[in-house]
Amino acid sequence: MKTVYFDNNATTKVAEEVLEEIRPLFCDLYGNPSSMHTFGGQIGRRIRQAREQVASLLGCDPSEIVFTGCGTESDNTAIKGALAAAPNKRTVITTRVEHPAVLTVCRDLENHGYTVIELSVDKQGRLDMAELEENLDDDTALVTIMYANNETGTVFPVEEIAELVKSKGAVFHTDAVQAVGKIPLNLPKNNIDLLSLSGHKLHAPKGVGVLYVRKGTRLSSFMLGGHQEAGRRAGTENVPGIVGLGKACELAAENLETENSKVKALRDMLEKQILEKCPDCRVNGDPENRLPNTTNISFEYIEGEAILLMLDKYGICASSGSACTSGSLEPSHVLRAMGVPFTAAHGSIRFSLSRYNTEEEVDYTIEKLPPIINQLRELSPFVTK
Amino acid sequence: MWEYTDKLKDHFFNPRNVGEVEEPDGIGEVGSLACGDALKLTFKLDKNGKIADAKFKTFGCASAIGTSSVLTEMIKGLTLDEAAKVTNKDIADYLGGLPEQKMHCSVMGREALEAAIENYRSGGKKKHELEGTIVCTCFGVTDKEIERVIIENDLTTVEEVTNYCKAGGGCGGCQGEIEKIIEKIQGDKVKEVPVSAPRHTGRMTNIQKIQLIQQTINEQIRPALRAHGGNIELIDVEGNKVLVAFRGMCAQCRLTEFTMKDVVEVKLKEFVSKDLFVEEDKESAQEPHNHRE
Repeated sequence: MKTVYFDNNATTKVAEEVLEEIRPLFCDLYGNPSSMHTFGGQIGRRIRQAREQVASLLGCDPSEIVFTGCGTESDNTAIKGALAAAPNKRTVITTRVEHPAVLTVCRDLENHGYTVIELSVDKQGRLDMAELEENLDDDTALVTIMYANNETGTVFPVEEIAELVKSKGAVFHTDAVQAVGKIPLNLPKNNIDLLSLSGHKLHAPKGVGVLYVRKGTRLSSFMLGGHQEAGRRAGTENVPGIVGLGKACELAAENLETENSKVKALRDMLEKQILEKCPDCRVNGDPENRLPNTTNISFEYIEGEAILLMLDKYGICASSGSACTSGSLEPSHVLRAMGVPFTAAHGSIRFSLSRYNTEEEVDYTIEKLPPIINQLRELSPFVTK
Repeated sequence: MWEYTDKLKDHFFNPRNVGEVEEPDGIGEVGSLACGDALKLTFKLDKNGKIADAKFKTFGCASAIGTSSVLTEMIKGLTLDEAAKVTNKDIADYLGGLPEQKMHCSVMGREALEAAIENYRSGGKKKHELEGTIVCTCFGVTDKEIERVIIENDLTTVEEVTNYCKAGGGCGGCQGEIEKIIEKIQGDKVKEVPVSAPRHTGRMTNIQKIQLIQQTINEQIRPALRAHGGNIELIDVEGNKVLVAFRGMCAQCRLTEFTMKDVVEVKLKEFVSKDLFVEEDKESAQEPHNHRE
């Protein structure tokens, strides 16, 4: 059975070009870039090139790129490192809809004496800039707000936020794991101090991430040890991961246009047809400001895990914000923060596309999905017909 | 991804006995949309008082649908006395097991069956009523229900109780109470109490005492306050006086006195030292940046 992969916000396929690039680094060019001999030392050049490729996608200077182990590590480093460098300030501002890599870290800070303010969102998942401004004061050490939400695809006005935060003298971090490669970023033009990204969300391998640190941003090191990454992140470099991420960023820059035309068109087609063919559906998120690849649709009166398993039988991969898929007993914190009613939150499905998806896959899904929804609704005691 | 047995998958993909029996003798409805699963079970008896037909409608995940389907098969041909003896464990065993976190689906099946039998025996008038007093307000679970899953499934930890009946799986505010119910029933079987900090006996240095107070606030008190939109901060410890400040909703709450005396002090006495008493730091609560909703 063919796999139809519509779960690209969870992880992505490694691009063939990326695999080709890193293949020699396992058995032939396996040296340690810190070594004195040529065999190891030559690898340093590959890392330098990767750093340039990432910087070029972000529009920043290569010296502002720190390679890490994953997006979560970048987030942890940014938050804890920025706070450690500003010991006199004790307030952190974030949002209720952050990824756990940020939200759990912030909530843990409360146990260490910090005041943490979680901004609310409206029904479309949008922030209220006035609420942010009200809460910013002299005690605010850090504001951390995601670039785009992983569940709904809602894109936040990060440039505007960054400017406001800077005017109040706080550090601004953004988790851009879902945004990089999907929408254009231009770091020199805005006031973002710290930005996290993850390799495996943009067709690089798992196990590599980046923290962008704007020149002049004060940050204490999180991982201590050797002198790698100019002392900002110790540990022998994940050479294949880093080189792969460099190549993936180069490809992302080339494909940014495709992402916003072809991928967006496929997403729109999928969404439109699902809404047409399945009654009692609603799109979660901000239709105006949304990632081009993501749609989050609630099917009322039925449960998400059941939908996913039925789709899985046809090889279609998606994800859900229902309680049952998370292992917790409550539905997604993002949908709850948006005030999505329980009738819809438990039955939410996220489809996230990539440039490797095709029109045939969309057609196939639109053929298979409506009967699944009907079948589950026939089972539901909340649908009376 | 969950590890479901082939039998469960079969009943999920090909559910048996879907729908509602016409002119049913018994109707059992349990669960709700808010909780994430709900089951409506209907049955009809034959002239010998055995279940001739049973049907279900379920809102929920694959295991909720699978267990409902299996339940209808299990009870057909049984007398009501026989059916009343079916436990959640019987349902799970029939399926060849369920993932631990999904055991509550089997409990929902047993509850629906019980409700339907009750409904029949009361002449179709009685709807399912909750027995006992509510312990878990997030999922509406009573002490009787918690006691029952503990006894029937020999449970010894709060996590297990949550897996079996959801109690304690929302805000977590009732986990201490669940622990006490487990201790009451299981007694010596409970060797370790996972969610609690160890009770401190003997002399502590000031630093040890302050650290234990902070730890107790972090682990035992803050989660419950957070769930209701509030928060707490430890300001200072002077001898046995613990100064705290309430934030968010708690700061405005009229029941602050009640919250302080009943939650914070009781917990600190229990986990740190019975000599402690709590006071609210008024000055800090009035500072505007600490006093937000």
